[in-house]
Amino acid sequence: MAEAEISIRLTGVTKEFDGATGAAVDDLSLDIERGTIMALLGPSGCGKTTTLRMINRLIEPTSGTIEIEGVDVMSQSAQELRRGIGYVIQQVGLFPHRTIAGNIATVPTMLGWEKSRTAERVEELTTLVGLDHEMLQRYPDELSGGQQQRVGVARALAADPPVLLMDEPFGAVDPIVRGRLQDELLDLQDKVSKTIVLVTHDVDEALRVADRIALMNVGGVIEQLATPDELMRAPANDFVESFVGEDRGLRRLALNAVSALRFHQGPVVDQAAGYDDAERAIAIEGTDWLGITIDGRFAGWTRVDDVRAARADGTPLADVERFDPIAQVEPSSTLRAAMELIMSSNSSVAVINDGGRFGGVVTLEDIRRALSSDDIEAAHGTI
Amino acid sequence: MTSGPPASSLIAEATNPIIRWEWVVEEWDQVWEAIVEHLTLTMMAMALGLVVSSILAAIALRHRWAMTPITATTSLIYTLPSVALFALLAPVWGNLSRWTAVVPLAGYTLLILVTNIVAGFQAVPPSVRDAADGMGMSRARRVRTVDLPLAVPYIVTGIRIATVSTVGLVTVAAIIGQGGLGRLIFSGLRRAFWTPMTVGASLSIVLALLLDAVILMIGLWLAPWQRRRRAARS
Repeated sequence: MAEAEISIRLTGVTKEFDGATGAAVDDLSLDIERGTIMALLGPSGCGKTTTLRMINRLIEPTSGTIEIEGVDVMSQSAQELRRGIGYVIQQVGLFPHRTIAGNIATVPTMLGWEKSRTAERVEELTTLVGLDHEMLQRYPDELSGGQQQRVGVARALAADPPVLLMDEPFGAVDPIVRGRLQDELLDLQDKVSKTIVLVTHDVDEALRVADRIALMNVGGVIEQLATPDELMRAPANDFVESFVGEDRGLRRLALNAVSALRFHQGPVVDQAAGYDDAERAIAIEGTDWLGITIDGRFAGWTRVDDVRAARADGTPLADVERFDPIAQVEPSSTLRAAMELIMSSNSSVAVINDGGRFGGVVTLEDIRRALSSDDIEAAHGTI
Repeated sequence: MTSGPPASSLIAEATNPIIRWEWVVEEWDQVWEAIVEHLTLTMMAMALGLVVSSILAAIALRHRWAMTPITATTSLIYTLPSVALFALLAPVWGNLSRWTAVVPLAGYTLLILVTNIVAGFQAVPPSVRDAADGMGMSRARRVRTVDLPLAVPYIVTGIRIATVSTVGLVTVAAIIGQGGLGRLIFSGLRRAFWTPMTVGASLSIVLALLLDAVILMIGLWLAPWQRRRRAARS
């Protein structure tokens, strides 16, 4: 990683709390690349929240240095520093007595922005986080948990800080809303490219949103620093392995999209093709079924026996009885979703429907091979 | 016409009804003066009580250890029987100025006010404080623009309770010659003449209810977010 790409750098950071045995965070060093999402993942008491709160000095480190964009955080006043860092917490912490607009405008108001500029920014952020503009004049208690969390994110982004700190941001909402908010965060990140540090104890959340994960153990010890796919594929030690769980193979499938596989055609021919082409395709794949496409679209599966009988009768290939494909995936579907579809359709293949056109097939064998290989490209973020 | 005990008592009843409206009309100036006096004493006591309890609450909020002695002292004041206190204060103070009444009246408000102000500030959700600090809000700004407004509903509740109880206590101050409507009650009692008693007593009740309603409205006006919340719940 080149120097210039580092946004946040922790060097030998230690935090000892009064009266506590042992340091909460002991000699932690960590570089966070600009414009990426770094998840601090770990069990409770591992020092991940302490680490986060030292970045904006809500907790002052006992020793060590923290730099943001090359500037020591101790070189300015804590308040000045914090106004330049977005901060999102689990309970959101919206001001109940201020309207949504008032909440979002908190930092711009402190920074002394002109009213018109602030109002403009509030409107812009409302759109950005997908909130209804009608909500601006409401109070936080009138919004759902998910909406409140969006306001929390908008408020944190108000003064366009380069860095966003998020402490268990989606921990207080139900799983369905959480999933949606995670997706929204990724969409948002595509637009704003902030350096985001996200604390979580939820492996799935880290895998889903992070570019890199620092898996921490008690005392702020980083057990492994890796991309989500690396973490699943090659856990560094027993702690990592037990923390990420036994189903890491499946989790890895959820991290990668069908598009990460090399597409192959499979035993599929166009209806206009002759029987010789059909036989060739069948021979190559060694299957007892054959797919038919019409004008580039997948039209259905045929039985090889029916195909051969039709050839003997002189019936055109296009007239052989076809069965609708049950398992259909898109290039952006996860491998996990593809596998589930294949299994539940009681077959061994799914058809890739690429924007309406036939894109190839994915088989259980393809998925198995992908899992055992080291180089399925991590396709998270596009999922 | 023969006169006898039953008849004279009937006449006495007839001339001393619960209320005699001619008296109210004739003595309206005196009644009005009593109302104004009652209101003035209540407001002065409340103002003094608020100032003192705000200081005490600020100390209690900043220094945890101070809460216990402050609560103990204000509780002690609160338990003193009001008649006894006024009776004792009168000779001590000598001069029976308005302050002789206002100071003990204010003393009685302290327990309620301090407790509610402290509760109001303590009820500010920690996540709200954390968010405010995390966004770089200074402590002073946070107290002024976040903690205080959020404590308002609690403080207003305290003011309502304290005001209503003060309106009641002001009548007792009549024993030291202050006390607004209380003076009407006492003079009626002395003369066994019901009308001033009825007028004084009922007006003090009306005053209490009226002030309570007014402060409630002010509270809702100061905390619009609560108003909406109530509306949303109903």
